[in-house]
Amino acid sequence: MKNTALKKDLHFDAAAVRADFPVLARMVHGKPLVYLDNGASSQRPNAVINAVDDYERHHHANIHRGVHTLSQEATNLYEAARDRLVTFINARSRHEVLFVRGTTEAINLVAQSYARPLLKSGDEILITYLEHHANIVPWQLVCEQTGAKLVVAPMDEHGEVHVAEVEALMNERTRLFAFAHVSNALGTVLPVRRLVAAAKARGITTLVDGAQAVPHLPVDVQELDCDFYAFSGHKLFGPTGIGVLYGREALLEKMPPWQGGGDMILSVTFKKTTYNALPYKFEAGTPNISGAIGLGAAVDYLERLDLAGAHAHEHALLAYATETLGKIDALRIVGTARDKASLVSFVVAGVHPHDLGTILDEDGVAIRTGHHCAMPVMDYFKLAATARASFAFYNTFEEVDRLNAAIGRARSIFA
Amino acid sequence: MELNDLYRDVILDHNRKPRNFGVLEPADATVEGFNPLCGDRLTVRVKMDGEQISDIRFEGQGCAISTASASLMTEAVKGKSRAEALGLFDRVHHLLTDDAASSDELGKLAALSGVREYPARVKCASLCWHTLVSALKSPDPQQLAAVSTE
Repeated sequence: MKNTALKKDLHFDAAAVRADFPVLARMVHGKPLVYLDNGASSQRPNAVINAVDDYERHHHANIHRGVHTLSQEATNLYEAARDRLVTFINARSRHEVLFVRGTTEAINLVAQSYARPLLKSGDEILITYLEHHANIVPWQLVCEQTGAKLVVAPMDEHGEVHVAEVEALMNERTRLFAFAHVSNALGTVLPVRRLVAAAKARGITTLVDGAQAVPHLPVDVQELDCDFYAFSGHKLFGPTGIGVLYGREALLEKMPPWQGGGDMILSVTFKKTTYNALPYKFEAGTPNISGAIGLGAAVDYLERLDLAGAHAHEHALLAYATETLGKIDALRIVGTARDKASLVSFVVAGVHPHDLGTILDEDGVAIRTGHHCAMPVMDYFKLAATARASFAFYNTFEEVDRLNAAIGRARSIFA
Repeated sequence: MELNDLYRDVILDHNRKPRNFGVLEPADATVEGFNPLCGDRLTVRVKMDGEQISDIRFEGQGCAISTASASLMTEAVKGKSRAEALGLFDRVHHLLTDDAASSDELGKLAALSGVREYPARVKCASLCWHTLVSALKSPDPQQLAAVSTE
């Protein structure tokens, strides 16, 4: 197993990178942790931990309003983090990058602030079959509120979504097309540029759920040409409770605020309130300042890393895992798209995913088991749950071997 | 924590060959149990002879803990009175959640005590019991909504 041709000699040094992530040195049940649940949440490097720690110890105050030193420092750190995110996704300006709690909040914001005022009874919102619940339920809510209809584009047995089949569902009633860049349950990478182009040709607004994509692929929102792009910090080696909604400035300008409160206003009287400029119009209340600073540090860290090398390493891990897991009889990989990000969903005959998860944990191997907040995907494959190993650039081929060995142990218990 | 303590032979055996598995018709009560965290589902059907559980069967899809627990439960309560079954539920619930709980006189159900070391798995073992209790406590068991662990 160790000498497979798929274990390419990469220049990317995963072992060196691991030293940046303190938790990876941990033992779990007396064994070195093998963390393969990056799709749910990735770990943080020292750069992020230290940035948050430094802020909390030396610079914390509320932002934007204070004239004192700490408030000015906190404001500078928070806004500098925004600037790093602007560069990271290549937005046109800082007006287009809103800090939110995460992908879920970003999608809800667009559903309520962009879609809801626009939708009329009989209008349609288009999604795909492989969406995470966070890209289904906000649209169901806004459909209930407006009488619009939710239309679902199909996927095939590999977990692929075909542009022609999506196009066939686009019509003059379609107001918005929301879809995942990468499927969290199957790993499928969707053809974003072609899907956006198809929507754009018909005047349909697009939202891309990038939660699973930003940790694995270079994302350039101008190149993708989508109208909205949403992602979370904690899957991108940053803190929880912080994320980004990118929105095209012209659309954000026209949208009403989502939440009202402090910081999102210019002036308030009981008769009339004037809203603040972008991006502050959408950031009511005191934001997650330390989270934003941590996310800025995560992006900084990634930009110092050999990102192309990191992505190539993840692909080699995916290929190696696909090959070696595929050799276990009774194991079936769920999601076999040609273009996949580095995650493998699978089921093992005779071993329920939850039993597998418990047994693997005993060997120090952390994977996700369950429906992955994508119950329609599970229904499609007639499964209640799958096991999912999702890789980050700090994972190693030896860890894939440990995964395989632990699956072997689980099978022997249930033999 | 010991994996052998969770997956004891009794559990593995009842997972491999679940007892009282399948449909029971006609049944006096049919209740569906659902664990939204993992997607596991099972249906418990009960036939009553007055206050006595004269027959019980279950079917569904679940992990080894959930399947074995349901299998063991059906064996344990068949022939018992409603009150006895409810009393047994209390003891099993105690066994699953309290380190100090005794497994004396619980017979094969004692095999479930290993589950309490795995808090994430307690609901797997208790789903079938909550489903049964719902059937036994309802005045009109034919009209029951599904039971959820959440």
